[in-house]
Amino acid sequence: MSFELPEEMQLLKETVRRYVDSEMIPIELKTCDGVTLKPEFRKKFDADSKKLGLWLMDVPEEFGGQGMGVLATVVVTEQIARTTALPSRGGTFTGPSVRAILYELSDDMKERYLYPVIRGEKHGCFGQTEPDAGSDPGSMRTTAVREGDEYVINGVKRFITGAGEADFIQLMVATDREKGSHGGITCFIVDMDTPGVALTTQYETMMGDKPWEIVFEDVRVPAGHRVGAEGEGFTLGQRWLGAGRLRHGARALGVAERCIEMMTSYAKQRVTFGQTLSDRQAIQWMIADSFVELHAARLMVYHAAAKADSGEEFRQEGYMSKYYADEMAFRVADRCMQVHGGIALTTDLPIERFWRQARSYRITEGASEVMKMVIARNILRTYG
Amino acid sequence: MKILVAVKRVIDANIKVRVRHDGSGVETANVKMAMNPFCEIAVEEAVRMAEEGIADEVVLVSAGPGPAKETLRTGLAMGADRAIHIVTEETLEPLAVAKLLAAVAAREDPGMILLGKQAIDDDCNQTGQMLAALLGWSQGTFASKITIDGDTITVTREVDDGLETVALTRPAVVTTDLRLNEPRYATLPNIMKAKKKSIDPLTPDELGVDITPRLEVLRVTDPPAREAGIKLDTAAELVDKLVNEAGVL
Ligand SMILES: Cc1cc2nc3c(=O)[nH]c(=O)nc-3n(C[C@H](O)[C@H](O)[C@H](O)COP(=O)(O)OP(=O)(O)OC[C@H]3O[C@@H](n4cnc5c(N)ncnc54)[C@H](O)[C@@H]3O)c2cc1C
Repeated sequence: MSFELPEEMQLLKETVRRYVDSEMIPIELKTCDGVTLKPEFRKKFDADSKKLGLWLMDVPEEFGGQGMGVLATVVVTEQIARTTALPSRGGTFTGPSVRAILYELSDDMKERYLYPVIRGEKHGCFGQTEPDAGSDPGSMRTTAVREGDEYVINGVKRFITGAGEADFIQLMVATDREKGSHGGITCFIVDMDTPGVALTTQYETMMGDKPWEIVFEDVRVPAGHRVGAEGEGFTLGQRWLGAGRLRHGARALGVAERCIEMMTSYAKQRVTFGQTLSDRQAIQWMIADSFVELHAARLMVYHAAAKADSGEEFRQEGYMSKYYADEMAFRVADRCMQVHGGIALTTDLPIERFWRQARSYRITEGASEVMKMVIARNILRTYG
Repeated sequence: MKILVAVKRVIDANIKVRVRHDGSGVETANVKMAMNPFCEIAVEEAVRMAEEGIADEVVLVSAGPGPAKETLRTGLAMGADRAIHIVTEETLEPLAVAKLLAAVAAREDPGMILLGKQAIDDDCNQTGQMLAALLGWSQGTFASKITIDGDTITVTREVDDGLETVALTRPAVVTTDLRLNEPRYATLPNIMKAKKKSIDPLTPDELGVDITPRLEVLRVTDPPAREAGIKLDTAAELVDKLVNEAGVL
């Protein structure tokens, strides 16, 4: 039983780490306007990603990508997350984020959505959350009703990232509200310029992200824009959410690692009452706890990724990784902030940004309580 | 032309080196290791020559214990074609390494051997020169520029009083200086390709080389801690100190 990364993953990690250290960290405070990457840096990072051969690494080969597995994606995501040079949500370093559901589209729809996304010509967003359905999307109220060759969609989606720039939305709606998450949710691809789609409110968040509220009023969508069969929305969604949770875990590892790097180097330099902070047990314990928790989280995330790559069932490991790693990253970012004192609260250091983002991931894309609920459900089903 | 490139696994340049408590050497257990930066420059130069069609094969050699393989793999991921790993647990001195490389050169018959000018661990700066002497080949050390024209290898050398240009006749030994090039990042596709490239193991015995150490390390200690400087008010004070305390004027 080996707990080490395979040799080539180790090399990949080293290469990306070196790149992040020399090309991203030195400029990380000036690459973004809020949480939007400035165009000149978008250009640089895209070019660099291609130079490093990372472009489209996670896109299957049949669609022009490199078809690298989950572990490789985890390794790269972890290193890139060590810097705030790229926005935490939305952009990736390895090319457009291609939501895996697009691979499920019919050939004709692939030509219109999948390939343009891969080429960077079109952008999508994902709409599931509603004012009255967040953690419990099965209770969503947005409906699609079939009328001949079309569906008519009505409802409201909330907190949709990137809706302002999106050409289309991958929309989850109820086709059978009785059944809810048990076969009542269906996925559609809807062009944002379809009559009846309106961006109403943009929310300001403490992270700087500005997700949208979208109203759908008698929006008519051709039946061909349905992905999979009616009621298959969640089953299809699960397929890519699984790997997405590991990406979450990986990002948390990178954030925690960088915070530990910063915490230790600051603690060794900062002198109070005649001694360095690193001489104080109160500080040492923060560093020790952070390191131990990061190690535990890393083993969890890598293990889950290895399972995913070998085709084994890894959903439970995915929930555990998302829950544990995201909570861990926030604790570590918080300690890092504490060790630095006032300077950590300023925008001269990336710590406050890490902290705000880490805080948000305990809520978004599967809140910790909800992860624990599902984990417990699985345990109760298996034991006792 | 075939290029042989020697690479060494050393403590990562970014790591703070610690002396072992018993003074027997520096701590390497659980310490991050990497390819010696000068060797990286040598690999980069060889790979560029292969890309330009000047070299038709780039072969890496490293001598050392098992994990030296990781360092070789890094070089393969940068673009070298294959590697030779001389497996030994013995402490290797520059002369032993030079003899091992000479033995490999006899088997491989390269047109040029590229090495780093020195390794950042023991800073000996001897292996390349000794190797050239053992083989009876010409040498160009501290290269900041290498051009190849037929059998002539022109090397610009970084020397104390400027740049010196020498013309060598193939085969030759060339050692690299910092400014020769900037090593590339290994790309993901090349990392995956490197997985399939061969690393052939050899032993000093198979090469018929006696690597028994000739030197005995008595003690390894930390350099003395740097003392704080002082601020002077006038130039006259400075001159006075340079004359009377430092004795350098
Ligand atoms: C910046 C940002 C970007 C977002 N981007 C998108 C996007 O692109 N697309 C999209 O669809 N959504 C998006 N969301 C929505 C996000 O996924 C939801 O906010 C999240 O799922 C939580 O839902 P909620 O806010 O409705 O909270 P609720 O579901 O109302 O939960 C409130 C609290 O109760 C807890 N809780 C809920 N159920 C239980 C339970 N059974 N037991 C114990 N505790 C429970 C939760 O953990 C949480 O702490 C985004 C949100 C933000 C803030």
